[in-house]
Amino acid sequence: MTDARRISSRRRPGIAPWLFISPWILGFFLFTLGPMVFSLIMSLHDWPVVGERKFIWFDNYSTMLTQDPRFWESLGITVKFALIFVPLNIALSFLLAVLLNVKVHGTALFRTAFYLPSIISGVALVMIWKWIYSKDYGLLNYGLSLLGVDGPNWLGDPHWSILAIIIASLWGLGGTMLILLAGLQSIPKELYEAARVSGVPAWAQTVYITIPMLSPMLLFTFITSLISAFQQLTIALLLTKGGPLNSTYFFAMYIYDNAFKFHDMGYAAAMSWVMFLIILTLSMLVLKYSAAWVHYEGEAKGGGNG
Amino acid sequence: MRLAGLRISKLRKSFGTVDVLKGIDLEIRDGEFVSFLGPSGCGKSTLLRCIAGLEDLTEGVIHLDGREITDLPSAKRDIAMVFQNYALYPHMNVRKNMAFGLSLNGMPAAEIDARVRDAAETLRITELLDRKPRALSGGQRQRVAIGRAIVRKPKLFLLDEPLSNLDASLRVTMRAELSALHDRLGVTMIYVTHDQVEAMTLSNRVVVLDKGRVAQFGRPLELFHRPANLFVAGFIGSPQMNFLPAKIEEQTADSITISLNGTTLTIPTLGHAPVDPARPVTLGIRPDRLQLAEDGQLSGTIRLAERLGTENHLHIDLSTGDPVVVITDGTHPARARDQVRLRISPADTHVFDADGRALPRKLDPATEALISEPQGPADPA
Repeated sequence: MTDARRISSRRRPGIAPWLFISPWILGFFLFTLGPMVFSLIMSLHDWPVVGERKFIWFDNYSTMLTQDPRFWESLGITVKFALIFVPLNIALSFLLAVLLNVKVHGTALFRTAFYLPSIISGVALVMIWKWIYSKDYGLLNYGLSLLGVDGPNWLGDPHWSILAIIIASLWGLGGTMLILLAGLQSIPKELYEAARVSGVPAWAQTVYITIPMLSPMLLFTFITSLISAFQQLTIALLLTKGGPLNSTYFFAMYIYDNAFKFHDMGYAAAMSWVMFLIILTLSMLVLKYSAAWVHYEGEAKGGGNG
Repeated sequence: MRLAGLRISKLRKSFGTVDVLKGIDLEIRDGEFVSFLGPSGCGKSTLLRCIAGLEDLTEGVIHLDGREITDLPSAKRDIAMVFQNYALYPHMNVRKNMAFGLSLNGMPAAEIDARVRDAAETLRITELLDRKPRALSGGQRQRVAIGRAIVRKPKLFLLDEPLSNLDASLRVTMRAELSALHDRLGVTMIYVTHDQVEAMTLSNRVVVLDKGRVAQFGRPLELFHRPANLFVAGFIGSPQMNFLPAKIEEQTADSITISLNGTTLTIPTLGHAPVDPARPVTLGIRPDRLQLAEDGQLSGTIRLAERLGTENHLHIDLSTGDPVVVITDGTHPARARDQVRLRISPADTHVFDADGRALPRKLDPATEALISEPQGPADPA
């Protein structure tokens, strides 16, 4: 009897553990789960910033999907952006990381230089790019003119504007690069030495050793790039304001306009939920099909010495 | 002259301003099992990596079977290497780990398959061929790493501390298997280790390295019974050889008389060049050759008695203040703080000149015969 009580009291640890994790719990409920639930409720309302709120079930969602061509347009632009941005972002980050992983003098300097754009405020970054892209005074067109090319109106021509935003976005690949660089440095150098001794050429070392060993990091950066592509707002908002001819009117910008220009919080919340579901679905699909190409290091249970 | 085996001449290697290898000359016969033995930092792994082509030489030449390989890329040297941490590709199964290098070099699939199957049978890992390395134990991984070397059918095997990540009992088993493998393949093997037991038991000959130089290159028992210098004498054998300062009293062509703590010893040599009598010499004697005896020449006090069961290690401070270790039978009753006398037989001693070089030691015929036994292939002895 006393034994049983001792065991049950051992199993009920009391309040102390909860107190220890309370900062996180409070933060999670107040700043993550709370707002999410709140926005879900909002999305089921006609919710103007000032005035009467009205519960309208799924009207916001059905309007969006059936009567709002702008929703589809902005989603299309975002998908197009993501399709170009995500692979480019990962490929360039990987290339840079491989280059910076070579042990030569000055790599620390280059590492800093390539990461620098990631710590500059987005607004300042856009100001720089605005100047670079300027049709008549811009650095880019000046450079092209030296080569005898008459540069386009980067930000004013609907054919070039999305490309201009992709290039400006790629400037922030420092974070991705750093993750891949850390991944490269954690690959044991003996794997390459063993490959060298067996006569494996350099390209094959990259394809059959580097990329598989880096695959968890590649998966991670793939998903985070995907998310950031769908959330693209700052650069487009400040660089082109969605123009010209709505050619850079991203999904996130339409949400922003609905909320703060058209003051329709309910509709903006519903759109945010659609974006959330799209990102969630894509991420889950990527994770599901990643098992085929992602290799996780780490001991199997019961392995090890012996 | 075409010489089978590995020949290294005047090899130097520096990393920046640090000289790691300071002029290495070695000739390793075809089919021999040779260990590079030394404390950490002696350059043994660097020397192996130079042979493998993983490090560029600062100076020197390397020949393998009469062909110069100094500047050849690793893959063209006809070598295979086994790494300390196995270096298996974690995302490939055992079969692919072994076949990877071969298939990229354009070997026909049937040939690769046959080689992998042979190697797997030799190492008894056939049933593991479809597993990933993480599902293998340490010993199994080691076998796969060796298998990956075997399938290359190299002229020279390089093994960099291959057993040091295994636990003690597995190490003993793998040691025996490596030895059997060497007998079966008959190929030259170079084995880097800091463990003198591995070097002594596995090797035909051992290279003892000290601070980037070859301290001695000889058969295991030669290193033990006829160490060339103080370093080898102190490094080989456990507990370490005792060293006592001594003075030269007299010397002939084949004997030397020294005084030590008031007693004199006349020690036979194999004939030695005269030693400067003004400079001190060092007398070396192994702990199992010092005997506790009432009529011993040296006196001292036991500081510590370690009882290991089969034997006792007595740590004794001599009356001169020099510490020595004596091994006695495990049942000997000696205790700490006991006063004891120790006997030295001249035939058991080693004499080192002031520069640490050993005087050639005269051994009893039985020991002499033992250390002259042929060791391994093409041994002229």
